Amino acid sequence: MQTHTLSVLVENRPGVLARISGMFSRRSYNIHSLAVGPTDDERVSRLTIVVGTDPVHLEQVIKQLNKLVHVLKIIELDPTESVQMELQMVKVSADASQRADLFALAEVFGAEVVDVDADTVTIAIAGNTARLGRLAPLLEAYGIREMVRSGTVAIARGDRSITDGSRLRLQRVV
Amino acid sequence: MQVTGAQAVMRSLEELGVEVVFGYPGGAILPAYDPLIEADLTHVLVRHEQGAVHAAEGYAHASGKVGVCIVTSGPAATNLVTGLCDALMDSVPVLAITGQVASTAIGSDAFQEADVLGITMPVTKHNELVTSVERIPGAIREAHHIASSGRPGPVLLDIPKDILNQSFEWAWPEHLDLPGYRPTVRGHGRQVRDAIDLVATAKRPVVYAGGGLVRADAGDELRELVDLLDLPVVTTLMARGIIPEDHPNALGMPGMHGHYVAIRALQEADLLVTLGARFDDRVTGDLAHFAPHAKVIHVDVDPAEIGKNRAVDVPIVGDAKVVVGQLVAVARDRGDEAVPDTAAWRDHLATVKADHPLRVQQPDTGIIKPQTAIRAVHAAFGDEAVYVAGVGQHQMWASQLVPWSRPRQWINSGGLGTMGFAVPAAIGAKVAVGRDVPVVAIDGDGCFQMTFQEIAAAVQHDIPVTFVVINNGVLGMVRQWQSLFYASRMSETTLPQAVPDLVLLAEAYGIPGFRAESVEELESVMAKAAAITDQPVIVDVRVDPDEMVFPMVPAGGSNDAVIESADEWMTMAIADVTEAATQRQRANREAGLGGADPSDDPPLIAGADTDDEFGSD
Ligand SMILES: Cc1ncc(C[n+]2csc(CCOP(=O)(O)OP(=O)(O)O)c2C)c(N)n1
Ligand SMILES: [Mg+2]
Repeated sequence: MQTHTLSVLVENRPGVLARISGMFSRRSYNIHSLAVGPTDDERVSRLTIVVGTDPVHLEQVIKQLNKLVHVLKIIELDPTESVQMELQMVKVSADASQRADLFALAEVFGAEVVDVDADTVTIAIAGNTARLGRLAPLLEAYGIREMVRSGTVAIARGDRSITDGSRLRLQRVV
Repeated sequence: MQVTGAQAVMRSLEELGVEVVFGYPGGAILPAYDPLIEADLTHVLVRHEQGAVHAAEGYAHASGKVGVCIVTSGPAATNLVTGLCDALMDSVPVLAITGQVASTAIGSDAFQEADVLGITMPVTKHNELVTSVERIPGAIREAHHIASSGRPGPVLLDIPKDILNQSFEWAWPEHLDLPGYRPTVRGHGRQVRDAIDLVATAKRPVVYAGGGLVRADAGDELRELVDLLDLPVVTTLMARGIIPEDHPNALGMPGMHGHYVAIRALQEADLLVTLGARFDDRVTGDLAHFAPHAKVIHVDVDPAEIGKNRAVDVPIVGDAKVVVGQLVAVARDRGDEAVPDTAAWRDHLATVKADHPLRVQQPDTGIIKPQTAIRAVHAAFGDEAVYVAGVGQHQMWASQLVPWSRPRQWINSGGLGTMGFAVPAAIGAKVAVGRDVPVVAIDGDGCFQMTFQEIAAAVQHDIPVTFVVINNGVLGMVRQWQSLFYASRMSETTLPQAVPDLVLLAEAYGIPGFRAESVEELESVMAKAAAITDQPVIVDVRVDPDEMVFPMVPAGGSNDAVIESADEWMTMAIADVTEAATQRQRANREAGLGGADPSDDPPLIAGADTDDEFGSD
């Protein structure tokens, strides 16, 4: 199934995430990942939702999202015309003798060693899904203790932005 | 002026022009019941919170205004769920206000605490937990606006008790603060013109008119469009009456139990002018075989309905009244050019209609056929009355048989199919239409027993509704499915006709009760019931339990295979069973086995889903 990346601006209100995730589960739409955080406007949060769906259902997902009163704007970000990134942290088993290898590996991938302990090394890597996918198998050899991913965040390339021609202005109506 | 949150609730409702609230008090909402005594609002004390929300729905259905209900926290709020879901499915504007435990106690599993926001999120258009007393007027104003605009629906406000008790300086908000909510009203001009282009060249156009037209009060506009372009019209279960049944272009109801000609018209059409309808499975049957030759114009105020079930050629998002008005204006500008040549098509449909009437037979044995009962109800109460149905066979017969003459004359639960809807909804509708318009509930004996406790509210508040129970002593619609799809193995679908005795029940409520057991009595009993206009009345009509609703398209089946009568069904069933038996014998012979094994009979009808993918009615 294809995945599509949606960028969604919502009013920053309690329960808004529950409304969105509830709508997805109620209509059996498939969320691959969901990342949420504040924006430069404190009244507005921005979500990046990666959905697995065919184009017909994608239209329904967008329309059903739009029906939620707190949803302000939705755009689909084409992978070729947007920058898509995810953060992953992996903790692997490593004693002192293995550390140097892991540091070298991290450097090759532009990743960062963010924690070291007598028995473990934790590596953080940011990038697109493909890049994350290449590092993980190499780390498996050491024994992965745990890992965590943030979910994709995405932004349009070039001078376009989600606020263009937007209904975003939190203006008063009527 | 300083007011409490509770006073602010009352005052906000007054500001919005609300006149009636249906409700039931309890701990968390108690603060609001105190200023209610002075408020300029009529309160109808129901007997179960489900009754409050259905009554609010009935009020909204009948009046077009927002129906309001108010109940306490926990079990009272959860009792609203069915009605909210019903209102969501049928786009009924309802405002529900629930008390909640004190904000300081939320999350502690306090007495009568329930996660009402979470529970009602999927069954409301919108909901909100009010978190400050100052927010009350704005929340109520916005909720009322959301409930009644765009695609109408239920909105719930959950207000903690401590917030109802706090005081603040009263201020009515000047503006709505809804940046993410802006329903489209006017249709896109080019799409409107494209639609008229399609109509002009169509050979077999049909207007597929849905409940959205009723919600938008678009009856006049529809009539103009139909008359101007001479278009045949089918009206869905939710739209019955949007065009009078005696209009020469009216074809009746499409769908699972629709009129034959209406179903055929859609199947043969080359263009559907879909107005405020949503290609519900009960209309389309198997989507892949629905209206296979038709291009589709789809007008809906909810963009998500467009393209949801059926691909569309001309989508138009907008309010049905406004958009149909635009269609009329463009058509009028174009003059004769816009008018398709539908003479041959209409002639054809007239022939189909004449050849395929509803097959209703009333034998001379005296036993009342339910269809005869429905006709007698209409004969006695007439076109002025508003009719409110339950869910089941009686609902389908009422929809099929009453010659609907105006919008909002027919009120029922379509999308959710909620048994128990009729009694409270009829009470709400009667409150809306007032003394001069009779309101008749045409209910099933099963449905009636789900909510008849609300008759006490009708008696107490002097709401003279006539409750006609089409008493077949069975859960008729479910039993019909057992007859047809489960080899007549009737499982748990019998309700003793005399339990309860409905005439005695009327007596218990202190109101008149009548019973008709034979065709001879029917007319006089209905006349007696219709003569009583100042009291609720119960009429027990004992009807034939074996009658089935036809035409019928089995769930998930193609609309090309309409079964018009029980006889036709039996003929098909016998043919299928014979065919299956022959095949089985042949297979057994080939496998070297003996005769047929009667224990593994095939389902009666090949191709009909016994495991209905959509669930029973
Ligand atoms: C709340 C609810 N429960 C169950 C059903 C399933 N159901 C649909 S019609 C029906 C039978 C209704 O019986 P009755 O009210 O006697 O009407 P009839 O079909 O006999 O006219 C049932 C059980 C339903 N629609 N709603
Ligand atoms: Mg019955």
